[in-house]
This record gives sequence, C-alpha cells and structure tokens, in this order.
Amino acid sequence: MSIISVKNLTKKFGNKENAVLAVDDISFEVEKGEIFAFLGPNGAGKSTTIKMLTTILSVTSGTLVLDGNDVKKNPNEVRHSFGIVFQDPSLDDELTAYENMEFHGVLYGVPKKVRRERIEQLMQFVELWDRKDSLVKEFSGGMKRRLEIARGLLHHPKILFLDEPTLGLDPQTRNHMWDYLRELNKTEGITVFFTTHYMEEAEKIAGRIAIIDHGKIIMSGTSEELKKNTETKTLEEAFLKLTGKDIRKDEAGTIDRMRMGRRMWTRK
Amino acid sequence: MKTIYILWLRQLKRYFRSKSRIFGSLAQPLLFLLALGFGFGPVFQKAGEGNYLQFLVPGIIGMSIIFTSIFSGMEIIWDRQFGFLKETLVAPVPRFNIMIGRTFGGATVATMQGILVLILSLFLGFRPVSFMLILPAILMMFLSALLFTALGTAIASKLEDMQGFQMIINFLVMPLFFLSGAIFPLSGSGALAIVARFDPLSYSIDSLRVLLSNINNFGFGIDILVLSAVTLIFLGLGSYFFSKVQI
Ligand SMILES: Nc1ncnc2c1ncn2[C@@H]1O[C@H](COP(=O)(O)OP(=O)(O)O)[C@@H](O)[C@H]1O
Ligand SMILES: [Mg+2]
Repeated sequence: MSIISVKNLTKKFGNKENAVLAVDDISFEVEKGEIFAFLGPNGAGKSTTIKMLTTILSVTSGTLVLDGNDVKKNPNEVRHSFGIVFQDPSLDDELTAYENMEFHGVLYGVPKKVRRERIEQLMQFVELWDRKDSLVKEFSGGMKRRLEIARGLLHHPKILFLDEPTLGLDPQTRNHMWDYLRELNKTEGITVFFTTHYMEEAEKIAGRIAIIDHGKIIMSGTSEELKKNTETKTLEEAFLKLTGKDIRKDEAGTIDRMRMGRRMWTRK
Repeated sequence: MKTIYILWLRQLKRYFRSKSRIFGSLAQPLLFLLALGFGFGPVFQKAGEGNYLQFLVPGIIGMSIIFTSIFSGMEIIWDRQFGFLKETLVAPVPRFNIMIGRTFGGATVATMQGILVLILSLFLGFRPVSFMLILPAILMMFLSALLFTALGTAIASKLEDMQGFQMIINFLVMPLFFLSGAIFPLSGSGALAIVARFDPLSYSIDSLRVLLSNINNFGFGIDILVLSAVTLIFLGLGSYFFSKVQI
C-alpha cells in the first residue's frame, strides 16, 4: 500500500492575469519504506509540492493522501505522520540551539528521557553539542543547516520530507547524514521523500526518482530505468536530456530575500 | 498542555532576552508621564478634576499594554518572515493550542510591561488607593493584554508581510489609544465620550482607574463584562484566522 498518494495535483499562484502554474497536474505514489527523490531544476515545483503535502499551502486542485489521511480534509491527522526539513530557514534565532531542539521535541511529543538522549546524540552527530547554549543568530549558515537537520531527525515520523537538505553542507556532513537516514529507513521503516540538485545523491540514495520540470513529472523510475529509457549512460545525462540545458534562474531566491529582509527589519 | 506551555515560554524567553526591547518600550510611557503629568497637572487641578497623575497613570499603563500586546500578537509576521512560523504550522498540534500558547505568552509579556510602568510611576509620586487592590489590577491588565494580543494575532494572520505593520499602528493602535480617555476625562467630552464606548481600551483603563485611583466612569462590572466578551470574540477570531494561515 502506498503511504503517499498524489492524484492530479495542481497549484496556481496569483490571480487570473498573471497566474503562475507552479505544479501542473502531477500524479505519483510512494510506497511505505521507500526512499523517493524529486529531481528538478530551480523553480520546477518541488518545494511547492512538498508544502502542499505538508499542509502549509492550499491545493488548487487534486487529491493528496498521506498515510491514509486526506490532506485537505484532515490536515490535523496528516501532521501526525510526517516530519520535515524545509529548504528555507526555519529556526528561532533568538533561542539557543538546544532550546530549538527542545521546542521541537516537546511539540512532537517526544518523551522527556528519549528527548534528552536524542538531542545530545544528534547534536554531537552534527558537531554542535559544544555550541548548544549559543543563540542561533550567532551561527553561520552551515551550522544553522546542520541544526535543522538534527532537529528534523529528533522525532521518528512515518514519513520524512527533506527539501534540499544537503544544500550548503560539506561532503563529510552530507555523507554522514545519508548514512544516518538509510539506517533509520532500514531499522524503523521510515519513508524518505527528498529533493536535491545533486545527481549522485539521488542515484546513490533513492530507490525511485521522479524528474520534474515546469511543474510536470517528466519521467519516474529507478535510476537504471531512467537511464535506459533515455538511452544515456549517467543519471546526469538523463536529467539534462529530459530538462534541457538552459540555466534556470532561481526566481527571487527566497533565502537572499530573507537575508535582505533581516537587514531591513533587525529588531531593536 | 505541554505544547501550550512551551509556546508561552518561548514568548517569555524572547522578551527577557531583548533588554533593549524592555527598556525601549518604557521610554514612551515615561515620556508621557513626565510631559503630560507635569505639564497638564496644574491645569487639571485648577479645573477641579483632582490630581492628574492619579488620573493619568492607569491610562499610561493601558497605553503600554495595548502597544506591547498588539506588537506581541503581530510577532507572527516576524516569524513568518524569518521562517520559524513553518516549524509551528507543521507540528502535530492543533493550531488552536499554538495560537493560545502564543497569545498567553504575549499577554504575559504585556502585563509585565504594565507592571513596570506602575512601578515607574511610584517613583514619580503616584499612590495607588490600596496596595490590596494591586493584585486585582494586575489581573485586569492581563485580561486587557489578552484581548489586544488576540487582536494582534488575528490581524497578523491576515497580513502577508511587514508593510501592514506601520499602518496598523497608525490607523488602529494610535486612535484606540487617543480615543480611550487615557489622557483626559471622558465625562463632559460630548461626542468623544460616545466614540470611546466603542473602544475596548476605554474599559481597560476604566477598570484600572477604579482599582488604582478610585475613579470610575463606566462602572467596574461593565468593564469586566465588556472586556471578557470582547476578549472571547477576539480569541475566537484570532484562532480562526490563525488556523487558516499559509506560508
Ligand atoms: N508564494 C509564491 N507566490 C508566487 N509564486 C510562487 C510562490 N512560491 C513559488 N512560486 C513559483 O512556483 C514555481 C515553483 O517553485 P518551487 O516549488 O519553489 O520550485 P523548486 O522548489 O522546484 O525550486 C516557481 O516558478 C516559483 O517562482
Ligand atoms: Mg525548492
């Protein structure tokens, strides 16, 4: 039985005249215990799909079912079945690293004993334990990212969404993180749904890959199938063959916009 | 319950960590107390209205509460901008609990700000009628703080970005403050007295005047009734709008 089921999902932003069709009638299924990757250029609609799946963005049309619950009808039930690492920043800068972890653990109902243990273990894991009492606003971008990853792993949901989790991480941390996730996937049967720009990551980690561009899924399957169907030798070649070679500009890169916003609105 | 508590705690931690915010938001009330209190005092006395400072302090406490509360409620906009809002929106916790935790946290912060103004005013010569009534006064501060934090939450849930913030301060908070009778008596002000009846802050300030200065306009029972009813309405509205928030 599939744990994620998406049928004819569409998302339009804006009103009629200047509407952006971010997700254009996509359908796919993810099986329980699978590791599934969304691969696509900037602006393809990956994050938008994840935001709809995780109940924080309204759906224009289509049906989404997560672990047997309809996302539109029962968002509250749906929120019990997943965890997510967002693409954009999502920490509280005014709290310490430890407090951010603690906050998350309490919100997700992780029992105190497990919470304490896991927070220490995970913060050691991302090498932030010695900085646990520093305010997050004193952290570098990479440190924040590592903390977000650690936080995402604090509770063990049925489905874990990771939106470009490794962006800006050094290769060591990246490998480390994937080892950890594969272990979780094996031992606890957690379904992993991630997006990435790194071909080798998708190839190595994901059981199945969907290539998405301009809001549409162009092709999906194992990396072997993708290569076979496109008659290419590497996943990268397959990807370029399917999505073309022109460079996409990252439309108003959210992170840059936020950094600017921060400068303008730094609170006294 | 634990989730409400952790959200409440977060608001408090943020407050205590920004010392500049605590002291910064005391500057305005202090200025009002000094400039108005000592500037208008003699005129007020001559007009036979009694000691102006006794009249003014509850009004300035009310001012401090409405500003801090609305600001706290509207912190949602900051959380949205800096991304943290998402973290709370995907949590397996009813949005209602999240809104309640945030709102009670914001209201607690605003109440503390009100208490600070009260302490400050003691140094300027303010004398509460009875120290026994300070605790009930603090409870009334909390009720008012809850009302305006919920209002701030409701508004912020509807705003997309920071642009609206200044407008809310200029076109909502300022008028609510000036029309509330915070700095002048409503009795004998004609049309203004009628308008003030539609301003919840008038009832907040009236209740504080009853308890701290023994001055009464609407009557304490009416104050409590109106404030409780409006608070419930705003909490309902706030949690409804918050439950619809998107990224
Ligand atoms: N809030 C928004 N308002 C308008 N357009 C948006 C919004 N969010 C995303 N988009 C647009 O939707 C498209 C898909 O974006 P996104 O899902 O973030 O892409 P990806 O994550 O694949 O890089 C882009 O064209 C982007 O500009
Ligand atoms: Mg994205």
